[in-house]
Amino acid sequence: MILALALGIAAFLAAFLVIPVASVVYTAFTNEAGAFTLGHFGSFLHISLMRESFANSLYVALMSVLFSSLIAIPLAYFTVRFRFRGAAIIQTLGVLPLVMPPFVGAVAMQLLFGRSGSVNLLLQQHFGFTIPFMDGLNGVIFVETLHYFPFILLNLVVSLQNIDASLEEAAQNLGASGFRLFRRIVLPLAAPGYVAGASLVFVKVFDDLGTPLVLGATNMLAPQAYLRITSVGIEDPIGYVISVIMIGFSIAALALSAAILRGRDYATLQRGASTHRRSLSTWQGVAVTAWIVFILALVLSPHLGILLLSISRIWSFSVVPEGYTLAHYATVFENSSGMIGNTLLYCGIAALLDVILGVAIAYLMLRTRLPGRRFLDLSASIALAIPGVVLAIGYLRTFKGVTIPFTDVALTSTWILLVVAYAIRRLPYALRSCIAALQQLHISLEEAAENLGATRARTVRRIVLPLMAGGILAGFVASFITAAVELSATIVLSTSASQAPMSYGIYLYMQSIAGRGPGAALGVIAVAIVAIGTYASHKLLPVVRPELEGRA
Amino acid sequence: MHSMKLAALVAAIVSSGALAETINVVTSFPKELTEAYKKAYEKKYPGDKVEILNKQTTAGMAFVREQPAGSRAEVFWVSAPDAFEVLSSEKLLQKLDLPAGGIPDKVGAYPVNDPEGFYRGQALAGYGLMSNTRYLQAHKLPAPKEWADLMNPVYFGHVATSSPSRSGTTHLTFETILQGEGWDKGWNQILRIAGNCAAVTERSFGVPDGVSNGQFGIGLVVDFFGLAAKNSGFPVDFVYPSVTAIVPANIGLVAGAKSSEAGKRFIQFTLSEEGQALLLDPKISRLPVLPSAYAKAPAGYPNPFGGKIQAKVNFDSNLSEARYYVVSSLFDQIITFRLKELQAATKAIHDAEKRLGGKASPQLEEAKKLAFTSPLDAKQVADKDLLAVFKAKKGDEAATRRKAQVEEEWSSKAKANYIKAAELANAAK
Repeated sequence: MILALALGIAAFLAAFLVIPVASVVYTAFTNEAGAFTLGHFGSFLHISLMRESFANSLYVALMSVLFSSLIAIPLAYFTVRFRFRGAAIIQTLGVLPLVMPPFVGAVAMQLLFGRSGSVNLLLQQHFGFTIPFMDGLNGVIFVETLHYFPFILLNLVVSLQNIDASLEEAAQNLGASGFRLFRRIVLPLAAPGYVAGASLVFVKVFDDLGTPLVLGATNMLAPQAYLRITSVGIEDPIGYVISVIMIGFSIAALALSAAILRGRDYATLQRGASTHRRSLSTWQGVAVTAWIVFILALVLSPHLGILLLSISRIWSFSVVPEGYTLAHYATVFENSSGMIGNTLLYCGIAALLDVILGVAIAYLMLRTRLPGRRFLDLSASIALAIPGVVLAIGYLRTFKGVTIPFTDVALTSTWILLVVAYAIRRLPYALRSCIAALQQLHISLEEAAENLGATRARTVRRIVLPLMAGGILAGFVASFITAAVELSATIVLSTSASQAPMSYGIYLYMQSIAGRGPGAALGVIAVAIVAIGTYASHKLLPVVRPELEGRA
Repeated sequence: MHSMKLAALVAAIVSSGALAETINVVTSFPKELTEAYKKAYEKKYPGDKVEILNKQTTAGMAFVREQPAGSRAEVFWVSAPDAFEVLSSEKLLQKLDLPAGGIPDKVGAYPVNDPEGFYRGQALAGYGLMSNTRYLQAHKLPAPKEWADLMNPVYFGHVATSSPSRSGTTHLTFETILQGEGWDKGWNQILRIAGNCAAVTERSFGVPDGVSNGQFGIGLVVDFFGLAAKNSGFPVDFVYPSVTAIVPANIGLVAGAKSSEAGKRFIQFTLSEEGQALLLDPKISRLPVLPSAYAKAPAGYPNPFGGKIQAKVNFDSNLSEARYYVVSSLFDQIITFRLKELQAATKAIHDAEKRLGGKASPQLEEAKKLAFTSPLDAKQVADKDLLAVFKAKKGDEAATRRKAQVEEEWSSKAKANYIKAAELANAAK
C-alpha cells in the first residue's frame, strides 16, 4: 500500500518533471544523430542577438537585485532596530506588491511612468525635464524591482531579528554608532538572510517571461526561448540551449542561497534575545517616514494604475484618464467569463493535486522508513529551480504526438498539461506547508489510535488529516493563488482562446489598443482573487514564509 | 415513456455530436476582431463552433506545420501575404473554389486573391502615419502628411517605428518606400526618418500602442491600428501618404485539416456581405475587400475603391520577396542596432544646419552623405549571389558564414560613417 503510493508519486514526478526537463537538457547537448555535441552552444554564442539577450537578462536581473536592495535594506533596518509608528506599514509593504503580478501592472506603469506618463508630464510641466523610467530595459527593471523587493525585505527582517542585540550594544559601548555600526556589525550578521532573498529575486527576474513580453523587450533570454520554440519550431536547438542556461543559473542561485542559509546560525549566540529598539530623533523620524511614504507610493502605483486603466474611457497624454466607465468590466463578463471559470477550474485542480501529493510525500517522509523517500522530496523541490517556460517547452517536446487514449485528440492541445504544469511548479509550496503541518503533529496521537485498533488508513483518515487541515488548506491556497497569475508556462501551453485561463486572456487583451481597458479589468479581477487568497493564507498561517509567495 | 425520452436524448446527443463541427482558426488578429467573427458566425451556423488560436504570424506557421495531417487547424488568417506563399509552397494550403461574390480581382494593380487560388484577400490594408494630436500640440509640432515630412528636424526624437525583421507589416511599409522612391533615394529617406526616431520598437504593435498612449508623437503604422485607435476615441489621427500601397490581408484553408467543409464555410462567411460589414466596427476599422460593403461605412471612412486613397506605388511582390531578407537584415544592421549612433549623427547635422542658417558647407554635405547613404547600393542589391546567400537554408554553413560576414561589414561601416558624420557636422563652418 505504502509502496504503491510511493511508486505512484514517483511515476507522476518522473513523467511530468524529471523526463520533460531531462529531454530539454538532452536536446541541447545532442545533434540530429543523437551524439553528444557542444555545437548548439557554439551556435548560440555566434548569434549576436543571443549574446545580447544573455547580457540583457543578466543585466536586468542584477540591476533588479540592486534596486530591490536599495528599497529593502533601509526598510528592514528601520522596522527591526528603531521605535517608530510606521512599522505596521512596512509589514503591509512586504505583501502588497506580491498580489500584483508584474505583467499585469506593466502596462499601467507605462501610463504612469512612461515617456509621456503622468509623472513625466508633471515633471515636464513644472521642471522642464523627464526621466526615462520605462525606456527599454529600464521598464523591465523598474517593474520587476517593485514586484520582487519583498523577498529581500522579508528575509532580511527575519535575519535581523535573529541577531543578538547584545552584539550591537557591545559595539555601541565601544563607541561605534550610525553607519559604522551598521556596516561593521549589522551588515555582516544579516548577510545570510540578505543573500537568500537576493538570490530569489535574481532567479525570479532572470526566469520571468510575462513582464518582458508585455513591455515588448524581447531581446532577453526567456522571451527568446519562447519565440524560438514557437516561431522557429519545436526542433530548434537554440531554444533548448537557452533553457539549459536558465536552469543552470536558477540552480546555481538557489544552491548558493541554500548553502548560505544552512550556515545562518553561526553568528547567533542567543537567538531571540530581546531586541532593544532605539528611538529616532525628530528629523530622523521625518526622513524615515518620508522614505516609507515614497516607497509606499511607488509600490501602490501599479495597483492604482491598473485600476484607473480598467475604469478609464480614454487615457492618452494626460496625467489622469478623462472620463470613467464600467464598460470594460461588462466586456470582460460578456466575452471572457469563460476565462475566469477556466482559471478557477485549472488552479483548483492543480492545487488539489498539490495538497494530495504534498500530504502523501510528507507522510512518506516523516512516518515511514521507506528507502529512497528523500528522493521524492528532493525531486519535488527541484521544481522550484525550473523556469515555467522551460517546463512548458519540455512538455511540448515530451508529449509531442501523444494522444489522449481512445481519441485522436493531441494531449498538447488540451488544458490537461496546463493543470499539470501548475501542479508541478507549485508543488514545493504545498509540500512545505504539509511537512510543517505534519511535523507539528505528535506521533503519539497516531500510536494511540493504532493501539485502539485502528488500521493505518483509518488513522490517517480520522486523526492525521483532520489535524493537518490548517496546513493543507494553507498549501492549497498558496498553490492556487500563485497558479492563478502564472504566465510563463501558460503562454507556451495555451492553444485555443476558449480553453485559456485569465492570465493568458490579460496578455491577449493587452495586444490591441481597444483591448487595454478590458485587459486591465480582467487584471483587477485576477488581483482581487489573489488578494483574497493571500489574506486567507495569512489568516491560516501565522508566519508566511517568503518562498510561499514566490511566483513567476 | 422513460425509454422514449432516453431515446430522444441519445438521438439528440448523437446528432449534435455529428453536426457540431469545430473550426480552428489560427490568426494573429486582435481579440476584438476574432471575437466579433466568432460570435456572428456561431449565431448564423449554430451547429459549428469556432475556436480561435491566437498566434503571431511565424508562430502560427510553425503551429500548422507541426501538427500531423488530418488533425490540423482549418483556417489560417493573418496579414502577411508572404506567410501564405510559404505555406502554399510547403503544400499546407488547399485550393479554395469559392465564388468571387462581388469582390474584384484587383485593387489598383495589386491582385486581391492568390492567382493560383490557394488563399483569398479578406481585408485591405494601407500604410501611413499615425500621430497623437495632444502630443503634437504639447510639443508644438505640425501634423505630417508625407513620409518625407518626417525628415524635418522638428520631429527629432518624436517618431517611432518597428523593424522589418520583427513584423511583416513594417517590412511592407519600408519596401513600399523603397519601391516608390527607388532604392538609393528610398534608403536616404528611411535613414533620415530613422535618425529622427525615438525608438525602433521590438514589436509592430509597440508603435501604435506608444502613439495612442502618448509615448511617441508619430508612428509609422498599418492603417487599422491608427483607425481603430481613432475610432475608439483616442486623440490620434491617421493619414495615408501619397507613396503608399494597398495590399490585402489574407485568409486560407489549411490542407489536412479535420473539417475542411466547415473551414470553407467560415472563410465564405468572412467574405460575405455580412462578414465584410463586421470590419467596419470602430474597434476593428479595417478596409473591406467587397466594394459594396462601404455603403454602410460611416462618413469619412477611407475607401480604396473610391479613388480617395491614391496608391501611387504599384507594389511588386516578386521584387519584395526576392530581397526580403536583405532589406530586413540591412535595416537591423544599420538602423535597429546602430540607432544611438544614427541619432547622434542626425542631431549633429540638425544642429549644424541651424547654426549655419542655410550657408553652404562642404563638411555638412559630406556628413549628410555619410550618415544617410545605405552601405548597399541599388546595383549591389540586384546581385543574385548576395540574394542567394540571404535565402539559403539554415543548414548551409558556407552561406551562413558569408551572411554573417556581410552583416558585420554593413554594421561596422554604418557605425564608422555615423561617428564620422557627427564629427564633420560638429566641425562644419
